[in-house]
Amino acid sequence: MAKYLIKRIARSVLTLAIILTIVFILLRQMPIEGYFQNFDKLTEVQIQVGLEEMGLTDPMPVQVFNFFKNLLKGDLGVSRIYRANVPVTEVLKDKIPVSIKLGSAAMAVSLLLGLPMGILMANFKGKFFDKMGTVFIIFIQAVPAAVYYLFIQLYGTKLLGTSLLFNQNDFKAWILPVLSMSLGNIAYYGMWIRRYMVDESTKDYVRLAQAKGLPKRKIMFRHVFRNAFVPLAQYIPTAFLNTVIGSIYIESLYSIPGMGGLLVQVIQKSDNTMVQGIVLLYACVGVIGLLLGDILMVVLDPRISFGKKAGGR
Amino acid sequence: MGMKQLSFRHSKEAQLADSINEATKKQAEELSKLSEEELFSFAEFKESEVERTGFSDYSYWGSTLRAFRKNKAAVFLVFVLIAILLFTFIQPLLPGQYDPNTINVNPETGMQYRNVPPGKQFWLGTNSIGQDLWARIWAGTRTSLFIGMSVALAEALIGITVGVLWGYVRALDFIFTEIYNILDNIPNTIILILISYILKPSVTTLIFAMCLTGWIQMARFIRNQILIIRDRDYNTASRCFGTPTWRIVIKNLLPYLVSVIMLRIALTIPGAIGSEVFITYIGLGLPLDIPSLGNLINEGRSLMMSESLRYQLVYPTIILSIVTISFYIIGNAFSDAADPKNHV
Repeated sequence: MAKYLIKRIARSVLTLAIILTIVFILLRQMPIEGYFQNFDKLTEVQIQVGLEEMGLTDPMPVQVFNFFKNLLKGDLGVSRIYRANVPVTEVLKDKIPVSIKLGSAAMAVSLLLGLPMGILMANFKGKFFDKMGTVFIIFIQAVPAAVYYLFIQLYGTKLLGTSLLFNQNDFKAWILPVLSMSLGNIAYYGMWIRRYMVDESTKDYVRLAQAKGLPKRKIMFRHVFRNAFVPLAQYIPTAFLNTVIGSIYIESLYSIPGMGGLLVQVIQKSDNTMVQGIVLLYACVGVIGLLLGDILMVVLDPRISFGKKAGGR
Repeated sequence: MGMKQLSFRHSKEAQLADSINEATKKQAEELSKLSEEELFSFAEFKESEVERTGFSDYSYWGSTLRAFRKNKAAVFLVFVLIAILLFTFIQPLLPGQYDPNTINVNPETGMQYRNVPPGKQFWLGTNSIGQDLWARIWAGTRTSLFIGMSVALAEALIGITVGVLWGYVRALDFIFTEIYNILDNIPNTIILILISYILKPSVTTLIFAMCLTGWIQMARFIRNQILIIRDRDYNTASRCFGTPTWRIVIKNLLPYLVSVIMLRIALTIPGAIGSEVFITYIGLGLPLDIPSLGNLINEGRSLMMSESLRYQLVYPTIILSIVTISFYIIGNAFSDAADPKNHV
């Protein structure tokens, strides 16, 4: 397991380095307007001097080297347009905690609602609840999130009597963004758990438990659900990525002061260094999320770890 | 008892052999009556001969279609989709239609028809600068369907080609696997945003950015399947007969994968349409003079809090939902039908 972990982590680091290099080089292809606050008023000479000061006229390998050198020091450059001459890290510092809070809340809600939904659907297979659940899952998976988010905002705010804009200190204001962000994963978990439990219910060990006379509820929770939990870990990275992506849209829609909303703002203002900083951060989040998911699976699955410890039975 | 069984078997065998001999003799007589030309023509399928010759008229696509037709809802949605697709092309040709990009001006007052509610003159109303929403919705559906289908087709083509190479050519496996491990780690949406940010917004840019990420999943899947079935006996036999590799791939391997390939294609289309809506919201979408469901919905969103103008959000949403849900349901129904396990 240790060998696997080292290999897996090394791969993540390598991947991250490659991604960062590619993103850096790609963003250098952007028009230079995105590096100056009042580009139109500057003379040719001023622009040239400015570019040289920022090190943008150096050969590409030198730029990449400097970028990584600064990155190791925790320096992501300076915002030019969004907040002139404020370091990107400074801008991001206040935004990240909000995004993390929102994301974790959404993950928790999706597990808390998605798993029971799937279990109940499997329990009442073919009945009314199962059918309603299936309709819900099809709807959520088929209709783009970008569309149903709007209608949740439109009718949800009316229903709850909250304002369109987010207020961090008002609990009610958190409900709609968190719920919107978790809907996709609720459908995902629900569908998956249902299918797993239905497939599993014809397996031998379930038959044995039935023959022993165990009540259905006990079989489901004690045996089937426990087995379902390991492969579930495999789905967590995907769920995590869904949450990250959802946050870009949701934060902007509700004007939540997090990273996602910020990304939309700086894209619209074409502030190159800010876009670069946030995209890099998201790439890191993605890579780390997948890494954690893989590690979690190895840690959770007793068959993998114990099999190895017993000397490879 | 053993003896009896044995003798019974013997007599049964003899009886069968006799009847077969007789039948072949009869057939030979019949055949000798035929002309040379008729003799070398293909045998036709006869229901009555099935038992004797073991020749079945099972056809993969026939059975798939039969299984698919049983799903009435999916069949209905296929017609709905075809109707929508055709209508996006027919609509501009109908009489009395407005151009989707013309700003309509009231000839009496000289003012633009701004935010006219749905009615006789403008069936679905106009937007905030006086363009006809009905015409824009159909033009937008055409754009969005075009983007979705192009992305799905391109992904399938690249994915299948790379996947077959990856799975079939052993020397390439290592390189492709390493590339996959890296690409798979980057969130797709980040690539989508990045490419749309760097390139100028256009239909081609969007298609390119969406294709850049999707094909790798398809290729990975095809590769895994091909690894599993490439060395099965019937493929080894084909190789020994000297069947060219491309023929083995097309005739022996790909039919196995049809159901999943079709499912992926059918799910990529709504996905691409959704991505377009998302990218437009961020501000990296198509310019307003290329109507798409994305920029129609985005326009409607900015007005959604005013109840009287909400129709500008609702109508594009309805058509978008019909299209995406149809593709989703048809894709799932078709992949069930194409699975040989579900064939009788």
